[in-house]
Amino acid sequence: MASGPNQLSRFNVTALTAGLAFLYLPIVILIIYSFNASRLVTVWGGWSLHWYAEFFHDQAMIDAAWMSLRVGATSATLATILGTLSAVALSRGAGFRGRTLFSGMLYAPLVMPEVITGLSLLLLFVAIDAERGFWTVVVAHTTLTMCFVSVVVQARLGTIDRSLEESAMDLGCGPFRAFVAVTLPLILPSVLAGWMLAFTLSLDDLVIASFTTGPGSATLPIRIYSEVRLGVKPEINAICTLVVALIALVIVAASLVSKISDARGKTAAPL
Amino acid sequence: MSAESNFTRPARLAAIAPYVWMVLFFLVPFLFVLKISLSQTAIARPPYTPVLALHEGWGAIKTAFAALSLDNFRLLVSDDLYVLSYLRSLVVAAGSTTILLLIGYPIAYGMARLPQRWQGVAMMLVIIPFWTSFLIRIYAWINILQHDGLLNRVLLALHVVSTPVVWLSTDSAMYLGIVYSYLPFMILPLYATLSKMDQALLEAASDLGASPREAFWRVTLPLSLPGIGAGALLCFIPIVGEFVIPDLLAGSNALMIGQTLWLEFFNNKDWPAASAVAVVLLLLLLAPLLLYDRLQRRQLERT
Repeated sequence: MASGPNQLSRFNVTALTAGLAFLYLPIVILIIYSFNASRLVTVWGGWSLHWYAEFFHDQAMIDAAWMSLRVGATSATLATILGTLSAVALSRGAGFRGRTLFSGMLYAPLVMPEVITGLSLLLLFVAIDAERGFWTVVVAHTTLTMCFVSVVVQARLGTIDRSLEESAMDLGCGPFRAFVAVTLPLILPSVLAGWMLAFTLSLDDLVIASFTTGPGSATLPIRIYSEVRLGVKPEINAICTLVVALIALVIVAASLVSKISDARGKTAAPL
Repeated sequence: MSAESNFTRPARLAAIAPYVWMVLFFLVPFLFVLKISLSQTAIARPPYTPVLALHEGWGAIKTAFAALSLDNFRLLVSDDLYVLSYLRSLVVAAGSTTILLLIGYPIAYGMARLPQRWQGVAMMLVIIPFWTSFLIRIYAWINILQHDGLLNRVLLALHVVSTPVVWLSTDSAMYLGIVYSYLPFMILPLYATLSKMDQALLEAASDLGASPREAFWRVTLPLSLPGIGAGALLCFIPIVGEFVIPDLLAGSNALMIGQTLWLEFFNNKDWPAASAVAVVLLLLLLAPLLLYDRLQRRQLERT
């Protein structure tokens, strides 16, 4: 057999297929069961949209979904601005004072247990007597998702010829104009991808939102979590399917954006 | 590091806004956790004493500091509940990180061996579940694992078991949930190092008479150690503080430390104890966090 060291072996293919099946099967099953007519979650009673109708009549759930979308869009926008700025500083600023502390703070939320981040932010909000609700969750999610934007944009900045912005400045552009006219258009796909990643992460967060929100402003994951603790309900399957559909839409949009930029040049890491 | 250009200085100014933000909302909050971990529980708003009242002048601040005590930390050491929670968290994190490595490595290895144009697709397929809601993916497993869920139905239909097996509220369900949720975090760093590896090295090993197995153990594995380190830390650190997965999938007889913190805070309303739990957890994770920071820095400097 001509199975050299670089060939794909049967073992490789099996591992890959089994791994992907493991990742996707539960979500597929969830989606199928969301169309189940039966009240019993596990008995198949034919196809139906009943549970979707149920969701659209559940005002508390709708409110929570609306809250989540607003928090997600606002915090993703803030995180994209701050994350892009930090990526520019880290990738173009060379060594500066406090750089180590800066990048350390920036990357720590990537791995920091959420209970710690949530608790510490809540204690800050209580200490400064901030009213808890929409804005406190936005601040918390911005802090959490900024580093993801920064990593994505930095990867892109690393692939761009820096002599471009320098020649723009040699030709008389101010640094701000050089950035807006030359660098920003080139990194725009990764900036957009960063925004979408921040948005989906915010939409997903339960722990940090639970700590930092106030009474009467539950986000969708908080509502879903309290329902799930009481047991499986078919309506939750429908809501989860809607969220998965929304996220799939965002991913398709993100990959279209990177396709377009692919045509113009090599893209950065697709995270 | 490249020489300074005329864009370097203005680029540094871009750091100001995110810098201030992270100091305010990431660094400063930890000082509050530390301070409140040294306070006493009180039936008041906020539910702890002393409350720092800066406007009451220096004397008030001094008395407030004098009232701080290590009582909460004494409680943590003396009560088995906390010690057992910490131990359980470390054991669960170490166990699931090992399982993740054993499952993730063959997948990442298979991905790196795919033809170039398929690698992008495979990578996208691994990333998509990471974008999909964490809570929803755990909920999907509850659907499957519950008493009359799909898994038991399949097993009954195949006559593998004669009565439904209890899957939910067990440690196996929790490990399954953790491995399922963190798998992309393990695969991606592994794939990153494996795909960058020079294939000529393997050919050289084979030319020199090494069997594929030998070549794997003596060339591929040692060269992928940075990826193994990054993946292991990226999983281990957050799993130690995990709350949602053990809460929804594991039984309630043994708690992980994230659950203990959550209970102290939300159920017992004991903010000082919750803060003390967080401080000790942070100290436990300090070494892996610093190690992760060093790996991350080295990774970015290389690109």
